[in-house]
Amino acid sequence: MSGEAGTPRLRGMTSRAGRGRRAQGIKGLAFTLPYVLGFLAVYLAPVGYAVWQSVHQQKRSGLGFGAPTTVFSGLANFTAVLRDSGFWSSLLRVLLIAAVEIPVVLGLALVMALLLDSTKARMAKYFRVAYLVPYMVPTVVATLVWLYLYSPVASPVISTVKHLGGTLDFFTPVNTYLSIGNVLVWEQTGFNMILIAAALQAVPRELFEAARIDGAGELRIAWSVKIPAVRPVLVLTGMFSIIGMLQLFAEPLILRQLAPQAIGTGFTPMQSIYQTAFSTSNYDYAAAMSVVLALVTGILAFAFYRLTNRRTAL
Amino acid sequence: MSATTETARPRAGSRTAPPAAHVKRRPKFLPIALMLLFLLYSLAPVWWLLVSSTKNLSDLYQTFGLSFSHWNLGANLSRTLNYQDHIFLRWVGNSILYSTLGAAGATLISMAAGYGLAKYRFRGRGLLFAVTIGSSLLPGALLALPLYLLFSKIGIIGSIWSVLIPYWINPFSVYLGRVYADSSVPDELMEAARLDGAGEARIFGSISLRLMTTGAVTVFILNFIAVWNNFFLPLFMLNGERTFPVVLGLYSWNQQVLQSQDMTSLVITGSLLSIIPLAVFMVSLQRYWRSGVLLGSLK
Repeated sequence: MSGEAGTPRLRGMTSRAGRGRRAQGIKGLAFTLPYVLGFLAVYLAPVGYAVWQSVHQQKRSGLGFGAPTTVFSGLANFTAVLRDSGFWSSLLRVLLIAAVEIPVVLGLALVMALLLDSTKARMAKYFRVAYLVPYMVPTVVATLVWLYLYSPVASPVISTVKHLGGTLDFFTPVNTYLSIGNVLVWEQTGFNMILIAAALQAVPRELFEAARIDGAGELRIAWSVKIPAVRPVLVLTGMFSIIGMLQLFAEPLILRQLAPQAIGTGFTPMQSIYQTAFSTSNYDYAAAMSVVLALVTGILAFAFYRLTNRRTAL
Repeated sequence: MSATTETARPRAGSRTAPPAAHVKRRPKFLPIALMLLFLLYSLAPVWWLLVSSTKNLSDLYQTFGLSFSHWNLGANLSRTLNYQDHIFLRWVGNSILYSTLGAAGATLISMAAGYGLAKYRFRGRGLLFAVTIGSSLLPGALLALPLYLLFSKIGIIGSIWSVLIPYWINPFSVYLGRVYADSSVPDELMEAARLDGAGEARIFGSISLRLMTTGAVTVFILNFIAVWNNFFLPLFMLNGERTFPVVLGLYSWNQQVLQSQDMTSLVITGSLLSIIPLAVFMVSLQRYWRSGVLLGSLK
């Protein structure tokens, strides 16, 4: 990213070349135009609209007749969100799942990538394809499958446990978190593993060979050479995982069908927003929740980035 | 790093080479066991889905989930495909349509924008790049609600445009486009084409885009899969059953399971069928997808 193309600066010694460069710059801008226009429409406008909505409320006239009018309400929606214990506990739930799930996914992906890297190429190829299978399964379908694997009446896991004389409920207060986390681990590990494996393949093999000749064992090579080499990928996937986790939605929404008691309609922040917008049509409040969630996401992603980068500097 | 290992090589090599060789020869049971265990974990749910789609409803609940029972796949398939005037096929068709058009648009727009950002200097370029990086971190699901409200104001809710337009704009793909343009299009080549009298559009269309093919295909694949799997945006934007992509259709079928148990086998068989197009697509393009991801993840 830091390596800016330096050649254009070298040109333009004469005014004619300078003019040509400016004309080229305008053409360069033209290449980005479709993106810029689309960006304004589907990123900037919605963000602006959400912020605008979050500082407005719908007021009905005293008798409740007629259309409601939109009035400026300052930070009223935000103070309401700050006091909304349901919203904050949904946020805590998601952070709790993330705190366990993200290290598990990245750790498992890293271990599998390292194992693949030290396996014979021909065999590794088949494993790699198999590990990518969950990535080919859409989120909704993966959750539907696990819904049945967790179901008291259809689950082969539960029937096996019963056969052995035990009992198993996937939706006790604690197990609910593990059950949701497991679906996420199943969905995400393979893809993260491929990213890490790709980064590993890009490391010059001579580096491992040199370490081996120096007497380092496979574990030592993995720890001191391979893991540092894939660190940037781990940071990147970690950051995207945090962002993804804060928008957790489909999995609990679908699993709810099996355990409406354990997984409420506002189990995650996105579910709260969805519920507020489409069940109670309180769009202003939903917008304020969205803005707060976006801010929290931004702060956490930034903190994660700073934290992991500081460690690199040491 | 490599310099230090280089100098250490002759000295340490002679001292510790034998134990290293010894470690290498030892059979690796633990790694293989771990890999097989993870293989089982990755495949078992899909195996369950495959087995279950061959069962009738009572076998589904009364026989062990991971082993076959009475073969009922044909009946399940015909029920799934014929239900409600072949609506399942329509959903699959919708998914293919949305994914193809969505990914093609996103790829073209992102490659052009990434190329413009990488190869030209213009006012606002730094800002545009910073905003692109920043918004690739913006949770897409958060945009869905305000976007829904804006789209309902201009009256395109429920139409194909309400999903396609958001799919076309993907900041992360623009970032990847910039990376690919930076690494695969030499400035000298563009300069030579300019001297030969080629216009900038011509250079992009007939030289640069070709050099960026691997990257473009990767971006296409990533977007195709993302659109195929996307549940959130269609859930907000689409309201007619006949416009649903397959994942939203399966979700709506599953919503009906509580009312009628019969829907269960439709959900299961449909789930299995919905994986096949994506799997075929991914496996056939695996070569591109691995080399391209490699480039992108390096940065």
